[in-house]
This record gives sequence, C-alpha cells and structure tokens, in this order.
Amino acid sequence: MKAYDIVIVGGGPAGLAAAVAARKSGTDSILILERERELGGILNQCIHSGFGLHTFNEELTGPEYAARFVAEVKRLGIEYRLNTMVVDISRDKVVTSVNREDGMFSVRAGAVILAMGCRERSRGALNIPGYRPAGIYSAGTAQRLVNREGYLPGRRVVILGSGDIGLIMARRMTLEGARVLLVAELQPYSGGLKRNIVQCLDDYGIPLKLSHTVVDIQGKERLTGVTVARVDASGKPIPGTEEQYDCDTLLLSVGLIPENELSRGAGVEISPVTSGPVVNESLETNIEGIFACGNVLHVHDLVDYVSEEASAAGRSAAEYVRGLSADGAGTVIRMNPADGVRYTVPFLIRPERMDEKMTVRFRVGSVCRDCYVSVYFDGERVLHRRRPVVAPGEMEQIVLEKEKILAHPGLEVITVKIEEA
Amino acid sequence: MYDVIIIGAGVTGSAAARELSRFHAKICVLEKEEDVCCGTSKANSAIVHAGYDAENGSLMAELNVQGNRMMTQLAEELDIPFVRNGSLVVCTAEADRPALEALHERGVKNGVEGLRIVEREELVRMEPHISDQAQAALYAPTGGIICPFRLNIAMAENACENGVEFQFNTCVENVEKTEEGFRLRTDRGIYEARCVVNAAGVYADRFHNMVSGRKIRITPRKGEYYLLDRTAGDYVSRTVFTLPGRYGKGVLVSPTVHGNLIVGPTAHDIGDKEATNTTREGLDELAVKCAAAVKDVPLRQVITSFAGLRAHEDGHEFLIGEPDDAPGFVDCAGIESPGLTASPAIGRMAARIVRDRLGLTEKEDFIAVGHDVLRPDRLSVQERNDLIRRHPEYGTVICRCETVTEGEILDAIRRPLGARSLDGIKRRTRAGMGRCQAGFCSPRAMEILARELGTGMDRITKSGGDSRFIVGTDKDSL
Repeated sequence: MKAYDIVIVGGGPAGLAAAVAARKSGTDSILILERERELGGILNQCIHSGFGLHTFNEELTGPEYAARFVAEVKRLGIEYRLNTMVVDISRDKVVTSVNREDGMFSVRAGAVILAMGCRERSRGALNIPGYRPAGIYSAGTAQRLVNREGYLPGRRVVILGSGDIGLIMARRMTLEGARVLLVAELQPYSGGLKRNIVQCLDDYGIPLKLSHTVVDIQGKERLTGVTVARVDASGKPIPGTEEQYDCDTLLLSVGLIPENELSRGAGVEISPVTSGPVVNESLETNIEGIFACGNVLHVHDLVDYVSEEASAAGRSAAEYVRGLSADGAGTVIRMNPADGVRYTVPFLIRPERMDEKMTVRFRVGSVCRDCYVSVYFDGERVLHRRRPVVAPGEMEQIVLEKEKILAHPGLEVITVKIEEA
Repeated sequence: MYDVIIIGAGVTGSAAARELSRFHAKICVLEKEEDVCCGTSKANSAIVHAGYDAENGSLMAELNVQGNRMMTQLAEELDIPFVRNGSLVVCTAEADRPALEALHERGVKNGVEGLRIVEREELVRMEPHISDQAQAALYAPTGGIICPFRLNIAMAENACENGVEFQFNTCVENVEKTEEGFRLRTDRGIYEARCVVNAAGVYADRFHNMVSGRKIRITPRKGEYYLLDRTAGDYVSRTVFTLPGRYGKGVLVSPTVHGNLIVGPTAHDIGDKEATNTTREGLDELAVKCAAAVKDVPLRQVITSFAGLRAHEDGHEFLIGEPDDAPGFVDCAGIESPGLTASPAIGRMAARIVRDRLGLTEKEDFIAVGHDVLRPDRLSVQERNDLIRRHPEYGTVICRCETVTEGEILDAIRRPLGARSLDGIKRRTRAGMGRCQAGFCSPRAMEILARELGTGMDRITKSGGDSRFIVGTDKDSL
C-alpha cells in the first residue's frame, strides 16, 4: 500500500489551501483526492465576482480565485488525483478510493485532512407538499447548468430561501434572460450576506418576502406553479395568506449541509449544531491525525475564511506528521457558545498547542442589533465588542491570544455570547 | 392481430406478460407512460406481506399467500433485492388484544406460516425502539421487503427477452369487442387482439366498463410516505405495523432493501386518478401516526416524501378473470395492497385464464433467468478492479450519495426496455435517490443519457412527456 504523510480528501478551496500550507510547512508527501474533473470545487461554477478581497486584496471571480491556488499547488508539485471518489476512510487513516485508471485503491496516510465541502438541502428534506415535476432545482444545480454548461433551466422562476447561492442565482437567471418573480424566505431575516441582497435583488427589482414559504407545488410533468404563504413566528403557514405564482422553475437555496458521511465512517465525532466534526484548536477531530476545514467543518460565508482556516489545518497536519504534537496531554479548555451564539469553531482549546493568536469563528441564531459580542474566561469578561448588527447569514469571529489564556491558569471554560446594549 | 394485449406495464401487467411469455403467443403490452413501473407500482410500501390481513376465503388472501411463497424463487431467478425481515403488528392497548388474536387466527386460516404472538418483553428485545405503549405483537417471519422497481422492471425485462413487445407512450382510449376479439383505439393507432389483460391499475374500471355490463368502480386511495436517510435505516429491523384499532388504520415503519427507512402510508379516497401529490395534511398525519408503534422516529432524517394511489375496488377484493359478458377480456382489477406481493400469483392466474381461452402451448426455450444492473459494490475488490480494467466507466462515480458509477447508468440505458429518462435511471440504479436527491448527479446523468440517446440536453426528461429539465440556452431570449 502506498503511503503519504498527508492525504487531503477534496480539492476545492479548503483542500487546496490546506495542501499549500502543509507543503510550505515542510511536508513533501501530500496527495489530494478530488471527485470532480478538475480542482477548484464549487468555485468553478461561481463565475460572479467578490472573491478574494481579504486574501488577495482584489476582487476575483470564483474560477480566478481557485486558479491562484491551483497554480500554487502545481508550482509546488503537490500530487493530486482527479475523478477519484473516496469511498472509505478508516480510523487508522487508510483512505480507499475508486477511479477509472487505478480502480479501487488504498493509501496509508500519516494525517488526513477532511475537505469534502457541503451539499444543498433538498426539497425532500423540507417536506414541501405537492407534485414532483421537473423544474425544481437546488440553486447550485441550476448554477452549474447555467454557468458551466450554458443551459437555461427555466424562464419564470420563484426562489425559496435567501441563502447566498439563491441570491446570486436570482441575479444570474435575470441576466441570462429569465424572469425571477420572487425570493421567499421562511425566516424573518435573510440567510445571505447583506451585500448580496443589495447587489442581486434590490439592483434588479426582485422582491424578497421574508416570513414566507412555498406551501404547494403544481405540475405533473414540468412545474406550472407554486403557492406561497406567509408563516407565523413558529414557521407555520398562515391560512388565508396564500398567493399563487405561475412559474416553470423553483430554485431552492434553503441551507447547506456538511458532507460528513466519510467522517462518520472513520469514527469522527459530529456536532449536531454544525453537522461538522468537533475539532480542537488545531482543527483536529477526536480521531488523532484527522483534521477538518472548510465547509465540511462548518458552512462559511466567504471563501477567504475557508482558505484561512484550511491553511491552519494544513499547518497543524504538517506539525502532526513531524511529531511536534504527538503528546496529547495538557489542559483542555471548553468553548461554550451561549446567549445567541449557536456554535464556535474550534470547540476545544489546548492552550499549549495554540498559535500566538487564534481565530474563533461562530454564527448567531438570530438577527440582533446594537449588541455586544462578549467573551468570558470562566466568570470574567475579557472582551466586550460593540456590533451594530449580527445576523445568522454572516459568520462572526473573535481572536484569542495565547498569552492571555496562559495568564489564566486553571481556566476551564471560554464563553462566547451576544449581550444586549 | 395479437394473441394478447396487456394494458399497463405496472407490476401486474408485467407479471402477466412474463407468465404469458412462457407460451407460444404474440403478445404486446401497451403503456401510456414512457417506462414500466410508473404508477402505483413505483409508489407503495415496498412490502411483501405475509398474508394475515385479507379476509378468510378471499381471492386476495389466497393470492397474497401464494405470491409471498413465490417471491423467494422469483427474486433468485430475476435478481431482485428481497429480504424476509419479518413483520410485526403491534397492539398498544390491552383492550385491543382480542383484535390481535383475531388477526393471528385469520392469518393461520389463510395459511400463513410461523405466525405467533410475542409479548412486550420479547418485542422490546426484537425492536428496541418499539413504542412504550406496545403490549404485544403478531410476528410474521415470512413478511419481507423488496425493491418494487426491480420487481416490476425485472418481470418486464424478462417478458421482453422472451418475445413480448412493449409499446410505451401509448394510451388506450377505447376498447370494443369484435368478432375475433377486441379492437383497442390508442393515441398511436389501432391495435387488435384475441384476448386483453386489463392491468390498468386505477384506470382498470374504465376499460372493464367499456366491454362489460357488470360495472365496477375503482377509487384512487391516496397513500403518502416519508423516506428517511440511510442513517436512520436500522431504526427498526422488521416491518412494524400498528394494529388497526382505536386510532384507525395505522402506518408502518420499515427498513427498505436499500437501507433507508420508510414511513407510511396514509389512506384517503380521492376523485382524481392522477393526483399523486403529497399534502400538508397527509404529511402531518404521518408524523403523528408513526409514533403509535415506534417511538421517536427520526423524521429530521427525511430525504423525500411521495404519494401513491391504490386502486381500491368497492368490494375490496381482487377482481381477476373474465366478466361473463366479455369472454377473452381478463381483468386484473382492484389490485391494491397486497398487490405487489400477490403480483407473481396474479400474473400466473391471468396467464392461465388466457392460456385456457386461447389454447396456448408452452415454449421449450423460455428463459427464466434475468440479471439486475451489475453493482460493482457487491463485488470483491479483485473482481471490481478486473471490471474497471475491462470497463473503466465502472471506476467513475456519478451519484456520490448512492455510489453509482457511469457503468451502471450505461447498463440501465442499454439493457432491454432500458431507461429513457432520469427517473428511469433512478429506478434502475438508485442514482439520484440518495440524500442530496440528485442535486449533484443530475447534470452528469443528463449528459450521459443525451450522449447515449444521441439527442440534445434539452430533450432529456425527468419522466417522459413534457418533464424537460432544460428550456433553452443562456441569453437565448435576449
């Protein structure tokens, strides 16, 4: 069986950044396994601009952003296999894949970096009643058809869900000649970035109806219409508020789910909140030597943060295979998301292992205006930062300093919470 | 002039076609949809019932038990995923115990083997997630689960291989008696046959009433279902029913042969024979009722929901045979549950009636064996690698959720009565049937289908007719 120091599952933005960082940290033997026909992952179909403002200080399209990392991977001579589907990752880090050239093959990894990304929630998972005709697409599927293949999946469109892909597709479908009648959002707030609401809906006069959902789907063969209704505070449709939309297409942008079937198979502990692995400060899962980053860990809003996080995972994996973090002892501090904070990544911190400065990323559960992001070391408040608004659609972050944590011996819990002004 | 025309390529029509293909005869199946298995046969509980439900002495009881017994050999011959996982009918109140015992007795009289009542203690050992209210259950070890698509498709493929002709997208509009037999007017011309097998599901009454004065009525009885992710597939290991009782007719919770969990069905009589839509009320009802026998069913794991229409005949009995005023017209009507289970027995019974009517003789070269789409994941690593070396397309995974390769999709398209739509591919390979519900694989499956059929992406449909995925190209209207 062939062996590599680091095997990276997924050649999208997370996998590429992790590979580059691991190589630059001194690991030579790296293999990226990618199921698609090329590296770059979902960025290859994100042909709009807005990527890279943090990473490269310029505004790139998705394929351009990916191309920079792909070029770096090639320049560094990092090995990768395309059209290769990983079918199993074992607890002792044997990664089994299948492709046309090699058939079924297994490689032994010193460390594994999980970078499989996420999938879109489907119509079925939403339990929208009605018929099951053609013309219902997840926004990402439509994006692939339109942006990569040049096909128009429909002409009169209703979009359910105001996640970023849905907003981006509202604009794209309009630009390609379709008419977008409505974006309906179940929640009383949008699931996407503010800038996308402005640039993709407002600029094109596309209405966004918050607290609305699709309650019926019509059409036996091709979609002929949907019924939209207002929902109450618990998300239940309110009778009498139904409106009929004649359309041939329903796009769904109703949430992304980290794809952790392989992780589960390896025995990786999965958080019920993020649907991603529970990781420590090194982005290492409960299985020693298995790391995770990008959307398989938690769903991000900006790819720049994916790259940043993945670089950290790549560095950690490189250190692990060099044996720098072989000893698992020492204190463990638990991160405690509270009062409006749904989760934090990482979930656990071993202060001895952390970098001088470490970014903690989190999302809030609902929109909150004029509030504070607060951090407590056990009972003591150590950070109290005013924020004009926090929203579930935008990832938040704070930075923890190693020095300050070490100055609190016996520290057990770091709480991150939203406090009202 | 055909010897026999079968109306409908569902599980009943396909079973009749296969059984008739044992004889020397010119046979044609007319199907209004673009594929076999498009009506009730594709949207049901996928259960092989043991046979304790139907009334003693009914044809339904007889054919259920016969069909159940035939299934082992049929599944082996035609390579159909089938497991005798056993079924449990759970009694949740002591007051209902007489009903449970009556069911036991009825089953024994129907000839169901191995039935016994299990008490709570044993029941909890068998099914740890059984309801806290469960008192006892009727256990039927002969109950099973099957792939309803493969059962239907396999019998049709086998009939085709034995010389039966299939005409799809052909809707029968009228049937009339003639001197020689019957004339069928369709939207694609006139067909004539000496005998007709009426396997038209919810429409069987329409054709029956065209040739017979003894009118029958079939009412579509809608059943709605949830299908759950494989992660919930082992929540129960047997098919768990609720004893019909105080809470009305209950819903079942069962594993499927593909490792999912199925919950359903509801039962509501409706007027529209095409209304296969799910409803808010129906789905909500399922969520409540599934808790009667199994606790805390993980409904958050639902990956899809669907509805099927049972062909409910007023007398709740299978009507199989010739009306006395229309000899040569063989009804297979009122085929509601346990129709899937009984289908091999129904097909055999219908075929024997036709044989006797036409004096058909058996072929010596009948091919009894058929093969499912080759599944690389059932092979050893060595065998799989040999396969990929010979056919590299078995190394390209198209559907990541169900791990379906390009080789399997090509097999599904190229085989006799092969897939012509994405739903056709799905029923034959499971591509698109997993947790992402075809989000990732549909563009690639469409591409493969377009290439194989030598047509454009804009001609590819979900399920035939006007169910196209693509309406044009970018900016074509600007």
